[in-house]
Amino acid sequence: MFGNLSRNDWLLIAGFTVLVLAAPIWLAPLGAGYPAIMEKFCIFAIFAIGFNILFGLTGYLSFGHAAFLGVGSYAGVWMFKLFSMNVVLSTVFALICAGLFALIIGYISLRRSGIYFSILTLAFAQMMYNVAYSVLTPITNGETGLQLELSDPRYLDNALGASQSIGLPRTSFFGIDISGGGMPGFYFCAVILIICFYLSIRIFRSPFGMMLRAIKSNQTRMKYTGFNPKPYLLAAFVISGLYAGLAGALMVATDPLAGAERMQWTASGEVVLMTILGGVGTLVGPVIGATLIKYFENIFSAFNENILNATFDFLPEGLRHFAVEFSALFVGEGWFLTLGLVFMIVVIFLPGGIMEGIARIRALFSKKKTQDDAAEGSVVAAE
Amino acid sequence: MDTNNNVVLHVADVNKSFGGLKALTDVDLSVKEGTVHAIIGPNGAGKSTLLNVCIGRIPPDTGHVIFDGTVLDEITPHEINQLGVSRVFQTPEIFADLSLLENVMIPAFARRDGAFKFNPIRALSAEGEIREKAESHLEEVGLYAKRHTDAASLSRGDKRRLEMAMSLIQSPRLLLLDEPTAGMSRHDTNTTIDLLKTLKDRGMTKVIIEHDMHVVFSLADRISVLAQGRIIAEGTPDEVRNSPKVKEAYLGESQQ
Repeated sequence: MFGNLSRNDWLLIAGFTVLVLAAPIWLAPLGAGYPAIMEKFCIFAIFAIGFNILFGLTGYLSFGHAAFLGVGSYAGVWMFKLFSMNVVLSTVFALICAGLFALIIGYISLRRSGIYFSILTLAFAQMMYNVAYSVLTPITNGETGLQLELSDPRYLDNALGASQSIGLPRTSFFGIDISGGGMPGFYFCAVILIICFYLSIRIFRSPFGMMLRAIKSNQTRMKYTGFNPKPYLLAAFVISGLYAGLAGALMVATDPLAGAERMQWTASGEVVLMTILGGVGTLVGPVIGATLIKYFENIFSAFNENILNATFDFLPEGLRHFAVEFSALFVGEGWFLTLGLVFMIVVIFLPGGIMEGIARIRALFSKKKTQDDAAEGSVVAAE
Repeated sequence: MDTNNNVVLHVADVNKSFGGLKALTDVDLSVKEGTVHAIIGPNGAGKSTLLNVCIGRIPPDTGHVIFDGTVLDEITPHEINQLGVSRVFQTPEIFADLSLLENVMIPAFARRDGAFKFNPIRALSAEGEIREKAESHLEEVGLYAKRHTDAASLSRGDKRRLEMAMSLIQSPRLLLLDEPTAGMSRHDTNTTIDLLKTLKDRGMTKVIIEHDMHVVFSLADRISVLAQGRIIAEGTPDEVRNSPKVKEAYLGESQQ
């Protein structure tokens, strides 16, 4: 079962592993070398990798994947509250719950394709958001969000006689603290991200993955070739739902709090943006997209009027006022305006996302190196 | 010349209308195992409709299509294919974003693994047998050299040959060909005829729709002539060629 990946794939996995594990070193100069933000990168990268298995391979655009992330979060917190602060138990339960929801929602939504499929998934996710927000308050704790309490039973932990800490307990991986903002939390997420990335490569390089791409290319042809596309699509949907549930489980493992806003359509839309920005259907594109969006969200949201005033200090009074007012539109709460503009530019000029940009630059360089033919070179330049 | 006379495909009293237009009227057709059965007729005679009914793309209004004891109009397209019925379309239906090799490997997987197989961790590169089979079938249609290019970049004639390889790799019991040489040069047409002739030795039954009389008369064992949705004549190539009814309806116009 092992082996069989090409040398390039192994190199990619090795490079990816090194980059992820060394993230604290190379992200530090960029101001993002602390665990909380790096955990976020890993979690959203997992979410986007999973989303890409559905959207990138089959072309089915789900607008409701945040629902599975939310289910994973709630399921995880309930395990912490009821049984144990060990993240293994919460993660496994989150996967089971997210998988079941994905199976049901996928089965119904996949009765339609194209825009109707997208709308069905959106409708389901919004329904789940509203139910979590209001009707299911006993389970989700509604507006406040589900959180740990001192009075939680934690049957398993108490039965095993876990030491009583003062205040709320931390989540742990067999004794190693995961929540609380320490490096172990990041490395826990990082290792899971690497495993998820590896599994996604396996799926891309499998006959199953090829069938998913064939469905995207020509579903009618698939039927006349003897394949039933439905189970393939449902399997892809459930796999991507599991990735989303895993992301939700890691969210509560690093910060044991689950809120309904995680299931809102904006959260579903965000993972679509991440995948498209990075490069739909590519292996590393979704990871790049997720990291960039979360990184710049962090930077841009932190800007406020004082910082802007300080930045434009060198300008004369009137101009400074204008510059601050104008740039304030794009930072802080207005970060989404910036994201929207960047997204539009990418979709119009680089429909394949950042990965297409990288491929184009690489093609340009390799052409220049290998070709002496001036005529060919001008053709490339003209393109 | 036939070793047996089993009817493998029976189109039984099929009627089909589109709105007010009667596309097929009481079409009754029996195709014997191992033969090449050509369906000819002028434009709009209902030939493509007839093939679409056979593969489950269009349900008949009345009547049935029976393949080896199974009523085809009651099952789904992928089930029909899994029974061993494969079709080459008039406008090439291929996987444009995939390489030629992948295009041909996919139908081979369908034959080996059935309508669905969940093997997300198995490596495609471990499927050497399927790959070699696909390569030899690409070789057969003369596309081996292009095996790593995307199917979208092929010329129309090449796309048709690719589709032929996609059907042949499934070793179907019944192959339905909708104008397999349309859009091909004379040279490509002749290679396709040669290829189709070799299939006879593989015991494959073929139903072929064709405009090109050169193709029809060099391949067919039996010919049915369709005109305005009805079968007006049926017989050996010689019988059809000499039938006055056919001359009037079809051959008369095109052989001048």
